[in-house]
Amino acid sequence: MSKFMDTLINGTNFDHTSLNALQKVTLRAVVMSFLFFGLLTIEGMIMRGAQVDPNIPPIFGHADHYFSIMTVHPIVGIFGSTYQLVFAAFMFLVPYLTKKPLYSVKLANWVWILITLGTALAWIAAFVWNYAPLYTLYWPLPADVKQFKIIGGIVFIIGVALIMIGTLGFIYNIYATIFARVGIHKNKTTKELLISGFGIDGMLNLWHKITGKPPYSKEPALSLPVVAIFRGTVDTFLDALVILGAGILVLVYLFAFAGGASWDLHAVDSLLYKNYFWWGLDLVADGLVLIYVAGSWYLLATIITGQKLFMENVARAALMLELLVSWMVWSHHLLADQPQPEMMKLISGEMVTAFELLTQGLALFITLVTLWKARPLKMTPPLAYLLGGLVGFGLAVPAAIIQADMGMNRVLHNTQWISFAHFHMALIVGLYMTLYSALYVLWPLVTNNTKLFSSKLTWVHYWLFLIGGVGMGAFVGMAGLDGMLRRHFYVNGEFNTLMILGAIFGSMILIAWFIFLFNIVMSVGLKGLIGIFLPSKDKSASYGIEEEEEVTPAPAAVKN
Amino acid sequence: MTFANSLELLRFHFVAYTIYAIFIISVIAWFGYNLTRKEKAKSIVRIPFYGYMAFLILMGVGHHIFTYNAIPWVSEDITRHEIKPDYVFKISIKDHRWKLPKEKMVVECGKKVLFDVDSEDLTYGFGLFRKDGTMVMQMQVVPKHRNDLLWTFNEEGVFDLTSTEYAGPAQYDHETGQDLMFIKDAFEVKCNKKVALNNIGGSK
Repeated sequence: MSKFMDTLINGTNFDHTSLNALQKVTLRAVVMSFLFFGLLTIEGMIMRGAQVDPNIPPIFGHADHYFSIMTVHPIVGIFGSTYQLVFAAFMFLVPYLTKKPLYSVKLANWVWILITLGTALAWIAAFVWNYAPLYTLYWPLPADVKQFKIIGGIVFIIGVALIMIGTLGFIYNIYATIFARVGIHKNKTTKELLISGFGIDGMLNLWHKITGKPPYSKEPALSLPVVAIFRGTVDTFLDALVILGAGILVLVYLFAFAGGASWDLHAVDSLLYKNYFWWGLDLVADGLVLIYVAGSWYLLATIITGQKLFMENVARAALMLELLVSWMVWSHHLLADQPQPEMMKLISGEMVTAFELLTQGLALFITLVTLWKARPLKMTPPLAYLLGGLVGFGLAVPAAIIQADMGMNRVLHNTQWISFAHFHMALIVGLYMTLYSALYVLWPLVTNNTKLFSSKLTWVHYWLFLIGGVGMGAFVGMAGLDGMLRRHFYVNGEFNTLMILGAIFGSMILIAWFIFLFNIVMSVGLKGLIGIFLPSKDKSASYGIEEEEEVTPAPAAVKN
Repeated sequence: MTFANSLELLRFHFVAYTIYAIFIISVIAWFGYNLTRKEKAKSIVRIPFYGYMAFLILMGVGHHIFTYNAIPWVSEDITRHEIKPDYVFKISIKDHRWKLPKEKMVVECGKKVLFDVDSEDLTYGFGLFRKDGTMVMQMQVVPKHRNDLLWTFNEEGVFDLTSTEYAGPAQYDHETGQDLMFIKDAFEVKCNKKVALNNIGGSK
């Protein structure tokens, strides 16, 4: 057998039998996440291609095919890929950082199974029945049976519901682990854990510092990354309830229509529904993503430098502020809706939304200063990806703040500007670069020090992904300034130059994914990949409790 | 500074954001490079924490103050219920079809035009576009609600109309993919340049 084939089958030094239950369940979700990421990238490239030439397969000039893909694209991306990766990382990190076992590995398994199954069902609904109300589900479109088959809608909504049930499982597991009074939290009360979880201790510490009193709590009960996870998960919970609620409404109507009833779709007020839905959906975009990302930056900065976070109390307090801000910003999605009250546009849509510049700017500042104080540092992949993540949000957040303005929104709403200069930039460059940083930091812990097949390929992936993400975001975003709508099917080559450039940079992301996948498969081997899904002999639901007493960031401080 | 129309505004926006994007990428690249150097980097500028926070607040709030003063349609939009329009066009949408006024919509430059659009079924958008595809303006059209947009046109032209919100694939021809809600030359503005410039404060 050639060396290549041997490595392909057996990997470098990966031994799946040495993994415990927590490591295996983490890796299962990670594998599913990256498979969905591949699907996501292929879908994205089909749409990029169709914007250059709408007659390419599988679109063939048909708008219903195009919008079916556009409908499942965010479901696959946000839930199938991102949620799975984030949930996997957090279900590993919370036990690791709190030195307590995960509440239930069985539940963690159900989480990835439900999200995978739900994403697959939503995808099937779009693929088989062309169900295409888009992720926004603007009422009454998802229940418009003149345009969509009832079965497609039912399968799609059941898929989304399964994802949300899986999400609720994750939330339960996280909070049950955090509130478990075992290990280092044996003597903590629920009140102390709650105060710490909401960042109130950080606020009180700041207040006592200002008033000259001794600190309220020298050692907070929860470490800062756990606080971010705790806080972001509040939004994850609220968002799951809202999406589930909307899903139930759609399902009730679809079942009624299937039964021959002729209910009035306008019994549900479209504007009220839009407010309700955007309030919930925005808890993902402007809530949990920003909070989880800030927490991840703090964790990564402390692990990479091996030092304490700069201005930790401010960071704790800011996470609380971010949570409150995330509940009050949804109206920026309704700035183009004239029936929406002007005061809501002004206060929620403009003023409170502008706070995100402050909270995200603060997270960026704290992370950069923490890194700066520890220099010189070696430019490792985790550090490089972290910096890439900072660039992503540094570009994406101001792009959105610019549009969250009544004047700008009148000429930018629903254009490719928000789609690419903001959320593709935020997700592909900002979020995914941050997640790759976390992946490379956690890799030795989760795989028991498995050697990566090639560090060169890691760097190739890094540059392709970064340049591809920024380039695609920039060029397709520019098309938005030229009037290109984001939910529109163009057949006359209206924005061809920018779309070709967007497709070229987009293909770099797809190539980067292939390279990443190859590198990972060659590291763990096909046997190892299958082994991840086999039951583990070691049923431990924790990591590193025996080795360490204190909660300290582990593979620290690589200095020149 | 006042922007007469969306073209001027978006051109300014493009330049400003491009400069910012190059700046932020350069800062992080400079930062990353200096993180790895053993020699202490010379600070180009020392940014105090509270100065940085004040800058962010200033940017967040100042942006809205700037646009309120520089973009003429903002204050007009907020106070539209108190303004008497020179023209009123009532438009409705049903089953992905526009019901436009019988007479072609033609207005004079600098006059206040009210578009009163309603939808009988789904959420659509109402957007006017120049011949090169750039957007003049748009609004959402929420069903069973009043969707009114007051607009002063400061540029001459014949504009096309289409829905700026997705309302299902029925908006497009199943075989050719053509946008069935696209109305060529739906709206015309006739301009006397002097009148137009006076209306925007003669900024040019």
